[in-house]
Amino acid sequence: MDQTILIDENGKRTDGRSSDDLRDIKITIGVLKNADGSASIEFGKNKIMVAVYGPREVHPKHMALPDRCVLRCRYHMSPFSTDTRKNPAPSRREVEISKVMREALEPAIMLEDYPRAAIDVFVEVLQADGGSRCAGIAAASVALADAGVNMKDLVAACAAGKVNDKIVLDINDIEDKEGSADMPVAYLPNLEQITLLQLDGILDESQFNECLEKAIHGCKMVYEIQRKALIEKYFGNDLPEGEEKELEENKEN
Amino acid sequence: MLEIKKRYVIPGDVIIEGNYRPLMNVIKKDNFIIATRIGIAESSKDGIKVIPLSGVYIPRINDIVIGKIVDNSSLSWEVDINACFSAHLPAQDVFGRDFSPAKDDMKKRLAPGDLVTARIITFDRTRDPMLTIQEKDLGKISNGEFLKISSTRVPRLIGKRGSMIQTIEQATQTRILIGQNGILVITGKNDEGIALAFKAIKLVEEEAHTSNLTQKVKDLLNVSEEITQTETNNSSVNNEDYVNNSNPDNNSNNMENDNSSNINTESPKEVQPH
Repeated sequence: MDQTILIDENGKRTDGRSSDDLRDIKITIGVLKNADGSASIEFGKNKIMVAVYGPREVHPKHMALPDRCVLRCRYHMSPFSTDTRKNPAPSRREVEISKVMREALEPAIMLEDYPRAAIDVFVEVLQADGGSRCAGIAAASVALADAGVNMKDLVAACAAGKVNDKIVLDINDIEDKEGSADMPVAYLPNLEQITLLQLDGILDESQFNECLEKAIHGCKMVYEIQRKALIEKYFGNDLPEGEEKELEENKEN
Repeated sequence: MLEIKKRYVIPGDVIIEGNYRPLMNVIKKDNFIIATRIGIAESSKDGIKVIPLSGVYIPRINDIVIGKIVDNSSLSWEVDINACFSAHLPAQDVFGRDFSPAKDDMKKRLAPGDLVTARIITFDRTRDPMLTIQEKDLGKISNGEFLKISSTRVPRLIGKRGSMIQTIEQATQTRILIGQNGILVITGKNDEGIALAFKAIKLVEEEAHTSNLTQKVKDLLNVSEEITQTETNNSSVNNEDYVNNSNPDNNSNNMENDNSSNINTESPKEVQPH
């Protein structure tokens, strides 16, 4: 019986959080000058860089669509992002995450505004700590907004899961490996739509509902951080009074 | 009607509820007007729009752009105009009606690498933009320093009725050619002036959204208020009003609406080449 204690008697998790806490999140915008839009996110111990190029010409040309823009996503973990070296060649997992990431971002982007063009999103994980696809999606949507792509909404993302039969928010690496369920969710906070929902593990119906609710609540918290990062970068200290108050209020909530 | 003045928005923000017309970089969903870009929301009697603060250049009809000749076929040149579509400049536009691919050597007129100022005559997103240089002040650029800025900063760089660009030009003794696509060509009497103009333009690009920018630029260039005032009044640079040039075919579609973008507030002008 050598199992790691994931939740102790005080209800604290391995990193000292309670079941409703997010890890610390920090988003920096405009970190890459070459890209049209970029962002880096620190999501707990995750460190991810996102570069967005476009809308730009499609190469190879035959990939272009006559009625809308092509969105291409590449999720990649650098060899040094984990403690054992990760082979830099795209793995099965990375191909899958690239695909779900694209599908999570697509509903927010107004692709029909840029026919025959392409938008490229590169997500590079520098340090991985569980929940990197959610962190990647959150950063990618901020980078897309930074690139000035027309979007209906930002995409916020956050995971929830089951650890020791308890539903907790924002699963970290240990909880992902030793816990019993992990559910990443991407969410459009203003349109109230879910664009990504995966589930690894087994939940019964009530647990599923609780888990989804918790994840959406987490997404809304992530959204506030994304929003604040964008406003700070673009409007900085030039905030008009109303906006500043609004931000303060959000902080208090 | 509720007035919205200078509200900062990010994609997804509800600007206002009610029956308003979406003009630019906004969408309407269930009676809500929602922003689709990071920028400054404004309302006018026509409707609601967002002036974007970031983004790549999307061609618009009647924009004057600076492009680089990349290649030529037997009938047209391919021009890189810093957009997601490459533009075409038909050979007949340069050689006239009696152009013959067999007789005329296109490379002699415009070789790959040459810069041209051109006007976009057709573009509807299903076809690549078509250019013309058959107008006054358009054509090959012979010399100057090349500089690229974000196309969203162009209206700010020009300023209200060209005030900003005139301030920079006069203080640095330079001429600055501006393309709506964010490409600039600077010519001047001396290198110091050009270097100073570079600095001023970079300042405008970085702090485009801040207020009191003209003053900051003047401080950088050491211009006193009085001199610029009188000089601006004497200056005879021709201001073009782009507002009326927008394509009548364009509906309320988002991107096409950019035709009248930014411009209502600050009308751009094109500086003439010497």
